[in-house]
Amino acid sequence: MYEQLVFAAEVFLNGLMAGVLYALVALGFVLIYKASGIFNYAQGVMALFAAMTLVGLMEGRIPFAHLINAIFGSNIHHFGWHLNAFVGLVLTMVIMLALAWLVQKVIFKHLVNQDGIILFMATIGLAYFLEGLGDLMWGGDIKKLDLDIPQGINLWIDETTFGMFGYGFFIDNLDIFATVIAALLVVGLIGFAQYTKQGRAMRAVADDHQAALSVGISLNFIWVMVWTLAGFVALVAGIMWGTKSGVQFSLSLIALKALPVLMLGGFTSIPGAIVGGLIIGVGEKLFEFAVGPMIGGATENWFAYVLALLFLVFRPQGLLGEKIIERV
Amino acid sequence: MLYRESGDFKTSYAEDQQTFPIKSDRYRYYVMLLIAFAVVPFFVNDYWVNAIFLPFLIYAIAAIGLNILTGYCGQVSLGTGGFMAVGAYAVYKLMTAFPDVNVVFHILAAGLITALVGIIFGLPSLRIKGFYLAVATLAAQFFLVWLFNRVPWFYNYSASGQINAPERFLFGQPVTGANTEPWVAYLVCLAFVALSAIVARNLTRGTLGRTWMAIRDMDIAAEIIGVDPLKAKLSAFAISSFYVGLSGALYFVVYLGAVEVGEVFGITKSFLVLFMIIIGGLGSIFGSFAGAAFLVLLPVLLKNVLVGTLGWQTDVAAHVEFMIVGGLIVLFLIAEPHGLAQLWRLAKEKLRVWPFPY
Repeated sequence: MYEQLVFAAEVFLNGLMAGVLYALVALGFVLIYKASGIFNYAQGVMALFAAMTLVGLMEGRIPFAHLINAIFGSNIHHFGWHLNAFVGLVLTMVIMLALAWLVQKVIFKHLVNQDGIILFMATIGLAYFLEGLGDLMWGGDIKKLDLDIPQGINLWIDETTFGMFGYGFFIDNLDIFATVIAALLVVGLIGFAQYTKQGRAMRAVADDHQAALSVGISLNFIWVMVWTLAGFVALVAGIMWGTKSGVQFSLSLIALKALPVLMLGGFTSIPGAIVGGLIIGVGEKLFEFAVGPMIGGATENWFAYVLALLFLVFRPQGLLGEKIIERV
Repeated sequence: MLYRESGDFKTSYAEDQQTFPIKSDRYRYYVMLLIAFAVVPFFVNDYWVNAIFLPFLIYAIAAIGLNILTGYCGQVSLGTGGFMAVGAYAVYKLMTAFPDVNVVFHILAAGLITALVGIIFGLPSLRIKGFYLAVATLAAQFFLVWLFNRVPWFYNYSASGQINAPERFLFGQPVTGANTEPWVAYLVCLAFVALSAIVARNLTRGTLGRTWMAIRDMDIAAEIIGVDPLKAKLSAFAISSFYVGLSGALYFVVYLGAVEVGEVFGITKSFLVLFMIIIGGLGSIFGSFAGAAFLVLLPVLLKNVLVGTLGWQTDVAAHVEFMIVGGLIVLFLIAEPHGLAQLWRLAKEKLRVWPFPY
């Protein structure tokens, strides 16, 4: 029994860390949703795209090399340089900024005042487009992202817990690192939203588009800014997940994992995204640990959704979301 | 010229309300049906049936099903793949449990079972709306696929975890299994498609369809004028799932013959069918056909052009296809939210007065 409890505690801690990563992706959703009412399905693909771009730039791959080779029959792949990680990050941010601007200019400018569900479907289209574009630009192979982030078991925790419980917890350094970064990012974002001029403007837009417009806030600017912020969050999420499991297609599926997090926490609440992420992360790990072996395992695939679904039946606005008021 | 209304007088409401009110349109529809049933089977070969006709017909049923739910009742579902899997596994269990019963009844019964599952997963729709619901249907998608993957009873404890369609006969001809003639498979699917399209068309323009549309346009207002949202939403979920289950069953027994659930009925299938109805036209039976045809033909066409003619690698062509599909979705949502069906309607308006518009 004691052993079981210690195991459960380890699973709990690991779940907490996974939860932070889910929360990180969910944050990107909340940002865009609050400011523009767009439920951005493409967030996960943006993370994938950002990570791919970072790897591609750092390794000096030539964009669209496969396409160029296919059209002109040439055989080019690399520029033959290796970029510094910092330069790569800056360049990737520039590309994400351009992407945000394009998305706003080409797609969502034309869809202002449409139903939320139409916007949602448009982001699904965007997700497909970006997925194809990312693969076409940088190739569809699994890429290794190496930014010298510490990885592997944390020996200190292992030894300390061994001393305390007679059993060493296995906790990955990368997870700890990601947790710290995510926490910093969350604090930074909340600070930005609360204490800067742009942050205030962003909250004003989220509150009421027309009122914001009437006091001289440029909706277009705020939207591009929000998409850039979401791109930045996507980049961080992409780096963390990419370091963990390689930059590949499955990275875009973390967006699907973030959806139940959002539903649980409420679409409109940044603290909700964090709390939801932690609940889902811990819940699915503990469920898999306790019930999984009895019913065939791999319950992580659906547990989060079913939990969120059951939860929504009792509280449709989520844990911390604003109450949904319907008017005719 | 092409669409003449002069001399085509309606003397009763029934005539005025029929599906094809223009005479020349109606005859063209009969001719098309005749060609589809009596001419095409003599000319199709294995490639045409397996690459184009079967996927088109089967996806058309799924698209009609999703269109009933999303286009007519306004409840976006991302669980289509999961419900197709229910149809496939239900028909498999029925076929192996009752080998003497005709396969047509199995397919229909599989549809009914899927309808029941659809009602269960439709229950949350009474409380949650919009993309909350869309995400909730993802629960159905992931849970169902996991269920069929992990519970061995569903695949009869087979070692590979796959399900294989046993051979069944209809009028002495094999309709499932490896010995099926292409034209037989084609005719079976066509019969199902024709029937389901006619039923769907009549459902959507009757009382039930009107209540669905009332819910779609404004659910609170609909409730106030006396539409029961419980009945409307659950019936939409049930009927939609029936169609989707039907298509899943056909997809398995007639088209593929062997299915591994995670691969065939994954989330990409849900999106594919959703894209079909967006491109084809939300809230239109014709649109379901148009969208299915478009998204079945596009990859075949791109593959022929890019890989066959230009000699590109298949993966590059696949990436380009992703971009084109994604781009088209956005383009249609911006430029023509009612899809190909609306383009067709506009074209008909133009053709009515062509070549003398004034």
